[in-house]
Amino acid sequence: MTTLLSIKNLSVSFRIDRDTQYEAVRNISFDIPEKSTVALVGESGSGKSVTSLALMGLLPKENSKTSPDSRVMYKGKNLLTISSAEMQKIRGAEISMIFQEPMSSLNPVFTVGFQLGETLEKHANVSAAEARKRALALLEEVGIPEPTTSINKYPFQMSGGQQQRVMIAMAIACEPELLIADEPTTALDVTIQKQILELLAGLQRKRNMSVLFITHDLAVVGDIADHVIVMRHGQIREQGSVRQVFTQPTDPYTRALLACRPRVDTRPKVLPVIDDFINAENVAHASNTNQSGTQLFNPLANVETRTRGIKPEDSVILDVQGLSKSFYTKSGFFSQKEFKAVNDVSFKLHKGKTLGLVGESGSGKTTVGLTLMRLHEATAGKAFLEGKDILAMSEAEFKQYKRRIQIIFQNPYASLNPRFTVGQILQEPMQLHSIGNGGQERAGLAFELLARVGLPEASFYKYPHEFSGGQRQRIAIARCLTMKPDILICDESVSALDVSVQAQVLNLLQELQDEYGMSYLFISHDLAVVKYISDEVMVMSNGEMVEMANSDDIYARPQHPYTKKLLSSIPTGMAAMA
Amino acid sequence: MSTTTPSPTRTIDPRALAAAERSPGLWQLAWKRLLRDKIAVLAMFIVIGFILLSLLSFFGVVAKDWSKEVGINYAPPVFAPNAEGGGLDAPVTVTAPSQTGDATALPFTFTTGVKDPLEAEMKEIYAQLGRGGASAPAAAAQGYVSTIVDPLAEDLAAIRKELGRPDPTGVSSATALGSGYKGSIVDPLAEDVVAINKELGRAGAMAGAMAGAMAVVTTAEKKIVRSPTLAFGGDKWGRDVLAKVIKGSETSILVGFAAAIVATLIGTVLGALAGYFGGWVDDVLNWFYSIFSAIPYLLLILAIAAVVNKKGVITIVLILGLTGWASIFRLVRAEYMKHKTREYVQAATAIGASNWRKMFVHIFPNVSHVALVQLSLHVVLFIKSEVILSFLGFGVGVDTVSWGSMLNEAQSELILGKWWQLAAATLFMAVLVTAFSLFTDALRDALDPKLK
Repeated sequence: MTTLLSIKNLSVSFRIDRDTQYEAVRNISFDIPEKSTVALVGESGSGKSVTSLALMGLLPKENSKTSPDSRVMYKGKNLLTISSAEMQKIRGAEISMIFQEPMSSLNPVFTVGFQLGETLEKHANVSAAEARKRALALLEEVGIPEPTTSINKYPFQMSGGQQQRVMIAMAIACEPELLIADEPTTALDVTIQKQILELLAGLQRKRNMSVLFITHDLAVVGDIADHVIVMRHGQIREQGSVRQVFTQPTDPYTRALLACRPRVDTRPKVLPVIDDFINAENVAHASNTNQSGTQLFNPLANVETRTRGIKPEDSVILDVQGLSKSFYTKSGFFSQKEFKAVNDVSFKLHKGKTLGLVGESGSGKTTVGLTLMRLHEATAGKAFLEGKDILAMSEAEFKQYKRRIQIIFQNPYASLNPRFTVGQILQEPMQLHSIGNGGQERAGLAFELLARVGLPEASFYKYPHEFSGGQRQRIAIARCLTMKPDILICDESVSALDVSVQAQVLNLLQELQDEYGMSYLFISHDLAVVKYISDEVMVMSNGEMVEMANSDDIYARPQHPYTKKLLSSIPTGMAAMA
Repeated sequence: MSTTTPSPTRTIDPRALAAAERSPGLWQLAWKRLLRDKIAVLAMFIVIGFILLSLLSFFGVVAKDWSKEVGINYAPPVFAPNAEGGGLDAPVTVTAPSQTGDATALPFTFTTGVKDPLEAEMKEIYAQLGRGGASAPAAAAQGYVSTIVDPLAEDLAAIRKELGRPDPTGVSSATALGSGYKGSIVDPLAEDVVAINKELGRAGAMAGAMAGAMAVVTTAEKKIVRSPTLAFGGDKWGRDVLAKVIKGSETSILVGFAAAIVATLIGTVLGALAGYFGGWVDDVLNWFYSIFSAIPYLLLILAIAAVVNKKGVITIVLILGLTGWASIFRLVRAEYMKHKTREYVQAATAIGASNWRKMFVHIFPNVSHVALVQLSLHVVLFIKSEVILSFLGFGVGVDTVSWGSMLNEAQSELILGKWWQLAAATLFMAVLVTAFSLFTDALRDALDPKLK
């Protein structure tokens, strides 16, 4: 196999301020062979996106620097040193790129046909009529339904998956030799993700191009990649064929990544986290017992598994009956259009148990959570907490119940007030609900909770921006714990986190449930996570409940076709290899 | 952190140690960023200098006597003494008191260049009567003689006596009467006129008094001595332009800050209400805003100024404050609309925070930098507005001075070539406005580093 593009000793550093440099990528080397798919895997901050920007010549010139011995060799040329005019010719025509957010990558004021045609006219030098013909063919190729009508659509008239298809069509329009896909499926639903992955794999084979697939999700990689590179903190931890990386990972970090993601087939009591692996490795090295290299820490050995499920004798804490929520948009001068976000959903939440709520975007799962919190007003339905309908009571009456039902939001970066110190964030609910006597006692409680969620004491005086995503989510959890709620709604609470951090937060949530006996309503689009944490799973689609059963049952014997479709979309790469 | 304190006898509370690692807040960080900007620091010093100057002026430390006529009319500035100045054709000449002698005790004599308007006529009368008025030629040459008696002369004499000091002049100081200088202006021709009247058998009405050589007694104040040049020149009435421009800074800065604070308060509170609550509250406030912004700004100001018709600093502050909130309102409203949907506000709702708390405890600190930058921008804007208002005559009254009223005066002075009042007001205004604008820019950058 001949090499298409070769990266040698690439180092990229960013200037943060006058005398601080941040080394985003440190001395990495790898090759992209012709006609193959190379996956670059790493968590946030691993330098994977910086690498891709460097080889597209898209690094910001003002504050970034590549080291003098860095090479990106492509057809005998070093892409880091050629002129920007030369790079311009290569970029788009020979190397093209697709991004994570199709919505923000497409210009909203032009039709997709226009944007596709523009690319073709610019790079392939064809007439407008010819460009339109080729645009139609491309849309057909990437699987856009009814290309002849879709070509005149604006980006906002298409779904996220279709937009990403258009982006792919634009990227392959000039028949590039290398397609860089930077997290192309991260913003998409699991069923759409599967389709896009299949499309990319098919195009790669059909067009004999190479694909550099950048992702944080190792599971996705198994399906499509030939070669896997694992990065962490700007360095390559491991690289090799996909089979080797998945079945015989040599690097503890790779093994940790593989192990700490919840899996559908087993359910360990505590998820392994990255530190377990790295520490085990260090211990092994320190005591020098790892001579043969066979005594590797095995995450699946000797792990206590947890059984889940609702038994008939479990008591019910929240009984939701016929919950509906409609949103209205003005469609005419006098008329309004009703959109049923949640339509007649009923379920029971059992004490000390977790109900997983699964669905794709737009299925209404988040609306259920927000409506139960009364952050949205329910259109119809009842929710009984200890015999009282919390949806019908007055605002004043509900205030007593607010502390009993709490929510953790998806985005830990947005859910903490950036102008409050962590101490203020934790003490505020105590002040509002008169928990604790005076500031001294509240501060004491806050310190205890910080320790409980595994944050250092100094956090009390710090601002949220000084913490990583996982730490912020811990702060959000601690804020809820101040009120000792009975019910905790976790709205995609671990979705924005890196795999390794996700495992830590899931472990924390599980520990807290065991300790305080809280009931969780766990909302997520990630089927594996829901399977891991839930006793019972409810599947939603288009605002309606599709299926509800004990979690093991629903994964083993899905009844509804939609559930079956969802389950079949879970990336299987890892499971197939293991 | 606690491992670094090997104190076996005394256990240090880890929480106290944690407190030592307290993180800098938004304002501290912004302040640090601001101090890194050299131009910002320079501008800040200039602005602070102006504020101190106006405070000193406010408490009467400097420029208290701005309304006193200390110089001659249109006195030129000291750095340009030959500039076309002096309003009087015959400048007042002062015979300076002798430096060595104890001059204060002397009823010294001024020789003024004032010519007796009757002189020519008197000469004719002399010729007609064939008189050769003995004093006439001398008097005519000498002009009026005025004597000024120092009121302290008597005290000084007493002090001398007490100390046993000899009186070097021997002049009796008994003439010092009452308070203030007492001057008598004696018409050198008075004696002659009395003689003539006598000769002609006329009984001049004033003659009796005049014969006593005490014709007019004026109580003149010290200020009668007017300086020929002033630091920054003088205005039409001989008032010190430097004092005026300092007093004018006080007015302008006071108006600028007070009006900006009023406008920011109104704009922020209304913007917060409209943005946070939305719905009919937003509609009502938006209508209100639209009405305000539909009327040309200057016209609105002039109309209110004309209706209120009571000149003064407070009136201008109210006019500017009540008309200038519109843009702040829009900005703060947009910020609140953006922030109210943020998850941290939802989280605050979830823990049971009231609307008031969410608006001002949660959201406000996140939009306060917008309000602060707007405040700073509006200070500059309102300083300029006040100048325009005062220039147009709708500003401060005649008993106050502002840069605008100075520019207004300068308008007519400029025709006469008296440029210094204009120059002084323009220089001060330009320096302050430029410095403040630069400071505002730096402030915005410091508060929102992402913008840069």
